[in-house]
Amino acid sequence: MHLARLARLQLDPADIDQYRADLATVLGYFDQLQQVDVEGIEPLAHPADVTNPLAADQVGDVLPVETIIEQAPRVQGSFIAVPKVIQTEGGGGG
Amino acid sequence: MSENAGQLQRIAGEIRTGEDSATHQLDQALSRINEIDPTQACFRELCPEEAKAQAKLVDAAIARGEEVGPLAGVPIAVKDNIATSTGRTSCGSRFLEDYRSPFDATAVQRLVDAGAIIIGKTNCDEFGMGSSSEHCAYAQTRNPWDPSRVPGGSSGGSAAAIAAGMVPAALGSDTGGSVRQPAAFCGTVGLKPTYGRVSRYGLVAFGSSLDQIGPLASTVADAALLLQVMAGPDEHDATCSDVRVQDYLARLEEPVVDLRIGVAERLLDQTEPPLRAVIRQVIDTCAALGAQIVPVSLPHLEYCIATYYIIAMAEASANLARFDGVRYGRRASVTPEESLETMYARSRSEGFGAEVQRRIMLGTYVLSAGYYDAYYKRAQRVRRLIKQDFDRAFTDCHVLLGPTTPSVAFPFGDKPDPLSMYQCDLHTVPANLAGICAISIPAGHTEIDGKTLPIGAQLQGQAFDEPILLRAARMIERALAPTLARTRCPYPSRSADSPSL
Repeated sequence: MHLARLARLQLDPADIDQYRADLATVLGYFDQLQQVDVEGIEPLAHPADVTNPLAADQVGDVLPVETIIEQAPRVQGSFIAVPKVIQTEGGGGG
Repeated sequence: MSENAGQLQRIAGEIRTGEDSATHQLDQALSRINEIDPTQACFRELCPEEAKAQAKLVDAAIARGEEVGPLAGVPIAVKDNIATSTGRTSCGSRFLEDYRSPFDATAVQRLVDAGAIIIGKTNCDEFGMGSSSEHCAYAQTRNPWDPSRVPGGSSGGSAAAIAAGMVPAALGSDTGGSVRQPAAFCGTVGLKPTYGRVSRYGLVAFGSSLDQIGPLASTVADAALLLQVMAGPDEHDATCSDVRVQDYLARLEEPVVDLRIGVAERLLDQTEPPLRAVIRQVIDTCAALGAQIVPVSLPHLEYCIATYYIIAMAEASANLARFDGVRYGRRASVTPEESLETMYARSRSEGFGAEVQRRIMLGTYVLSAGYYDAYYKRAQRVRRLIKQDFDRAFTDCHVLLGPTTPSVAFPFGDKPDPLSMYQCDLHTVPANLAGICAISIPAGHTEIDGKTLPIGAQLQGQAFDEPILLRAARMIERALAPTLARTRCPYPSRSADSPSL
């Protein structure tokens, strides 16, 4: 299912029909917004309608690397280990 | 001690004067939890050792005659999607089954700095996505009023823990009603602060433009005290406002003079008869108190659920992208021939429940090329129209009054289809869309199948107008106290439970 790929999900083939049906129902419900007259109305991304506040470019109190990578499934030194990203032979990644 | 002090002030007061101790309060809470939580399933995890150590420190400080904070010795439960340095933060998800946060959420830190004792984490719908707590990967929290019914969601564990007398206070999070709706279903007070009033640092993000951490408690005064401790700017959260934090307690007992209460009749028509009757009684009570009841129109109300869910799902799909199995959480095993992308997808689908996966896909869809304008952007424009509806309504009244929910707590399994579950949020999502403050307070009860079920009333106030919102809520709470006092949650309450109203 293309949408599952975009969302980086691996659905059980037995569940796909149900997901498709649920998604279709909900999207159908969303379509009612097409009835609303939004002429001249700007999108509201954020209830406070603020723009990005900036922080001073100063190093503050930070958690040490060791604490942060404590939760990582696989670690090598101070690095997090993952499966090969770049395929060296045959097809490209993914 | 004021005769109208909430429970928390009384508990903290007794600890401070030596009538009680933090250790004793904690022991009582733990023993009650151990007694009834096996059937209630409010708690994901308890942290008794850390809590006892904290309680000892509080008692020692008091013994030395030191100043302690306003919540010193008060046991508090924290929803599983809020970071605590003790215990795990699993967000009701298998994906984060063993995750231990290296830091405390700012809101939690402020409670701890005020002397509160974090007793454990409560069950919730996975990543806050749900209105019944049925989507929790760990347990099905039961409504203490009727164990065959849901406690509401997503902060069901927190609300039920208070209703069952396990803890006097708890934290929840509210994205579309997840503090207020379980509060209404469980007969407690639940407050959603104005967006940006309380720091979201440490709240695992679901809908970043909608989320707020909110207190649950048994009285309005308690909710006000918790808000007072947590509110205020935080350099860790750029969306946390620097609007001055007012004093929510000083004038809490003072009625609002010439209070104008707005009622949207259309909303009342969309609730079940018992709730409609209770809300009408509350309206009459307010009129008898001298408040002016003003009809208001919120023309875009019928579009609120669609608007909310498009935005919430879109934001959720972005926020949950971080759960990829790389840095924390579940990492699926992959063979050497399989790709990194397979690791992402398998980790996620193994770790996430069906509702979360549904929402991620819907969110991905409404943000995707070709659909972004028709769904997400359009929803944001309708969101502005909804906010304008509220701005207009508030030119004519101080607060809005209505039901918190369209029905009472429903039975488990009553809403298997996603859309029917989403309709539960009818009364609560508007406040998140508009960014305003809102509170649910116990307003009455109804009998169904021989069981008494609570009904909540919701008040909504302008952004940063919590002082007025809380005073109006307190006025109503005080007026309803004689009627409500006759009906108690069936679970045996601790004697210390009755709020002195």
